[in-house]
Formats: sequence, C-alpha cells, structure tokens
Amino acid sequence: MKIAICVKQVPDSWAEKKMVNGVLDRESVDAVLNDLDEYAIEEALRVVEPLNEGKETPEHTITLISMGPDRATEAIRKGLSMGADSGVLVTDPALAGSDAIATSKVLSEVIRAGGFDLVFCGTESTDARMSVIPAMLAERLGWAQLTFAGSVKVDASNSVVEIARMTESGVETMSAKFPCVVSVIEKINEPRYPSFKGIMAAKKKVIENKSLADFGISAAEVGATGAWSVVADAQARPPRDKGVKIEDSGEAGAKLADYLAEKRLV
Amino acid sequence: MSNVLILADHDSGKVAKTAAELATLGKRASSVNAVILSAPGQSDALAAQLANTEVEKVLSVESDDFAKHGIAAMVDALSQIVATTNPVAVLIPSTARGKEIAGRLAVRIGGGVITDAVDVASNLQTTQSVFGGSFTVTASVKTGTPVITVRPSAVEASSTSNSPTVEKLSISIADSAKLVTISESKPAVKGGRPELTEAKIVISGGRGTNGDFSQVEAMADLLGAAVGASRAATDAGWYPHTHQVGQTGKTVSPQLYVACGISGAIQHRAGMQTSKTIVAINKDPEAPIFDLADFGVVGDLFAVLPQAREAIAAKRS
Repeated sequence: MKIAICVKQVPDSWAEKKMVNGVLDRESVDAVLNDLDEYAIEEALRVVEPLNEGKETPEHTITLISMGPDRATEAIRKGLSMGADSGVLVTDPALAGSDAIATSKVLSEVIRAGGFDLVFCGTESTDARMSVIPAMLAERLGWAQLTFAGSVKVDASNSVVEIARMTESGVETMSAKFPCVVSVIEKINEPRYPSFKGIMAAKKKVIENKSLADFGISAAEVGATGAWSVVADAQARPPRDKGVKIEDSGEAGAKLADYLAEKRLV
Repeated sequence: MSNVLILADHDSGKVAKTAAELATLGKRASSVNAVILSAPGQSDALAAQLANTEVEKVLSVESDDFAKHGIAAMVDALSQIVATTNPVAVLIPSTARGKEIAGRLAVRIGGGVITDAVDVASNLQTTQSVFGGSFTVTASVKTGTPVITVRPSAVEASSTSNSPTVEKLSISIADSAKLVTISESKPAVKGGRPELTEAKIVISGGRGTNGDFSQVEAMADLLGAAVGASRAATDAGWYPHTHQVGQTGKTVSPQLYVACGISGAIQHRAGMQTSKTIVAINKDPEAPIFDLADFGVVGDLFAVLPQAREAIAAKRS
C-alpha cells in the first residue's frame, strides 16, 4: 500500500498575517507545516506502522507531497521526522499566486504519477481555509472522496477504507474501495512530536525536487496568470475603538449587566 | 434565460435558511433557480418551503443516490443542471459539505471558485473577510461559470410574495459518482442552543474555566446564546471540538461576543474579532483579549458571570 499525504507550508497560525497587493505576505512571518496536516500524517502513520511491524523494508510507505518554494522543504522535513518515508516538492516560479483549481491540478498529477492507493490530507490549510482541495483531488483523480474523517479504518487486505465523517450536520459512516482521498479533522488523534531519532533519520530521507514540466503541466495553467478568480482589492480592517476596562471589586458583574442593557444587547 | 442557480440545502425535511439568503443575493444578478436534491417523495414539501423567497423556479431531483453516495452524486446532478440551464453563477452555502460540492463542481464545469463570501454584488463580485477578519477582500471569477459559497447569515433574506414554479427533473447519476457508500447517517443532536455560526450572541470559555463551563452555559441560556470555546479548552477535552472558535475552528461574527477566561491569542482572535461588540472577562489584566474588548472586566468569571446574570434577570423582571 502506498499512501500520499498532501502537505503545505503556511505562515505560523499563531502569528499575525498581512496582505500586500492583494496577496498574503509569506516572507515576513515564520513558515511552518500546516497544523492540520500533522493529523493526516499521524493518522497515516497509525495505519502503516502495525502493518510494517517486524518487516526489514517497509511494505507500506508514506510519501509527502507539497507544492511551494524551496523553503517548503522544511515543512516536508518535519513530516519526515514524524515518520513518513519520502517527499516530493514541486517548485516552479510559475506557481506563485496559484488558486485552488491550479493547486489541485498540480497535486493530482503528482499523485497520478506516483501510483498511490490512498491520499491523506488535513481538512484545510490554516492560511487560505477554503477546505476544497481534498474534494477537488477526488474529482480530478476520479477517486472515492472520504473527507472530514473523525475516525479512519483501513482494511489493507480487502482494499477498503471506512470513515466516520464528522461535520456540523452530524456523523456519517461511509466506505469505499481503494483508491480514495481521505481528509481528517483535528479531533482524530494527537500528532506525535518528532523524536530525536526521527529528526536524525529524516535527514537521510529523500525529497525529490520536481518542476511543472516533469508532470507535463504548462505554466499558463497555474500561478496568478492561470488563476480562474482574481482579487480586485484587499483592505486591512480598521482597528477597533479602545474600549472600557474595569477591575472587579465586587460589582463588575452588575456593571457588565448595565453596559449590555445600555447597548440593548440583553 | 439568464439565471443564477442556488443549491437549497435541507436537513430532516426542513429547508435551511441559507436558501432564502442565497436567493436574495442571486436575485441581484438575475432570476433565481433553486436546486433541491432529495430522496424520492420529499421534494414537493421542500419546494413549498421556498415560497415567499426570491426563488423563481425550483428544479428538483429525487433520488436515493444522494443519501447513499453523498457529495459526488450531488455534484453529478448539479453539473448536469448547470449544463442544461447555463446559469451566470452557482451559489452554494458555505458549510463543510457546501464548500466541497463547490470545489468539485468548479473543477467539473471549468469555473473559478470563491469560498466563504459574505456578500455578492449584482456584477457577481464577492466580498470575503479573510485571516480572521483582519482583511476584507473583493474578488471575482474570471474564467467559466463562477461557483461561489456564501457564509450562513451573511445577509438578511428578503421576503417576497413569490410562489415559485416547480419542475421535476429526471436525472440519472453516473456510476463514477457512486464510489462511496454511506451506511449510516446520524444528524447532529441539536441542543436547545442556537448554531454557533448563526447565533446573535456567543458566550465562550477558555483556559480560565478550568474545565467548568457551567457559568458560561448558564449565561448563554439566559441570553439565548451559543456556547463557544477556545482551542485550549477543546484540546483539554473540556468542550466539544465542534464548538471551537478560532483559526482552526469556527469563525463567528455575532452582535455580542463574551470571552470568559480566554487570553486572546491570535489563534482565537482570528475566529471572533469581527464580532460587533466584544466583552472580555479575565483574571490577567495583561491578557491580549482586552485589546479587542469594548468592555473588559479584570476579574474572576466565576464571580462576575453569576452576578451579571442576576442583574440581567432583575432588569428583565
């Protein structure tokens, strides 16, 4: 069984984000592996580890796939240090400003070329937050879509995946034969921290660097020029007016009630 | 004839209120056709609920495949309807399912996709609030039929005296859309409280609750509010993950947001800073949440909340 995991390097979700000329300023903030991708990596590791136990060379492997600038290598390396086996990074100057349509195109071609059985993803990246890539991958690949999984059961011998899809509308139990695109929610597990041994091992793992040409994708299909939607304007939100701050010396609750009543909020 | 296609979502026999909201936005650009994808025998009762909205015509498809095969089957039906009705745009609710349907549909029909719009103008330009509301972005689709998802409650639905015509379409779902089999479906247990993203008031608890949400919930119930939680609180298992407000949780923009025992890290602020009025209660006078608060109380939420509740109840009586 070969599992691919789509990962993205994003601005640290604990840092303030800014826009310059209608695009996210990625240079000024720390870049990290998307938090939500760690859950996908952890879940895939939990699927393959018991199956690989005691085997000299692992029969079931995990490949991390990413699209981004050279420094996205760091995000892939983090995933490798958690325990994934190898990485593929698609870097191309033409990719800058790609929308979800283009991103899904590139990722789907990498997946197609790799001969994978399953793709794992987080539900969204913490920067764009569109939550559409896993569904788009299923659409482009013609694979089964098993997304928003709160639990995943992979039956490798019968090539079947069953998940519990958990969203605001409820819980659905669904299953499909391989190949499938699975996305996992953050409730599913507790991602491991890379161990020292894992970090050392990751240094020796291979990250293949690929360009668009390697997948027969033309530059016109991606990036800002190939984008199917265009940003007209981006305005920073004006700062909030300074509010009132009181110290509780026994009557703050009553004062709060007065404030809310005055604002006609209660 | 020029038209906008909207997807009328429904659950347990009830059309979601997003349908009337999407129709209101769609009407700005053109006349509105609403698609209802339902189980056999359900569509008439659902279509009737679209009376007095801006919907001109209901296009209904009845099939067991939607419940059995989910999103892929819905996308297959929608793409066939788009091909025959040739809309100027497709509007879909910004729910987990709606966004996934939109993404697949956009790829299928070769149109650009915009998610989480909070407004759609008559020229189909969208407004989005991004990075937790720190930026407002206007954008438009330049290739193909625009597929746009709109946040619930982003606009007030206008009411009309329309009673839409209903057309039943016979559409067969392709086998390629039946790869997934749904064996069981349990609708979310709806408590007495409003949905987090739709509520006019949200009361949230964080680390300062120490896992005791009783005061937060009591205040929520007094005000008819939804209950939210910070990531610290959901990670600790004190409150369900579905109630998380923040960067990796829900984004809310209520009339009133009350943050109780929440420090206000960027992670959390990203999910609530567009709220109209923000109240913060925190023991730490240095907590960053106070930078956002219209009314801040440096104090213990277990003392402040009960007293406020009593005072509000007294004002009401």
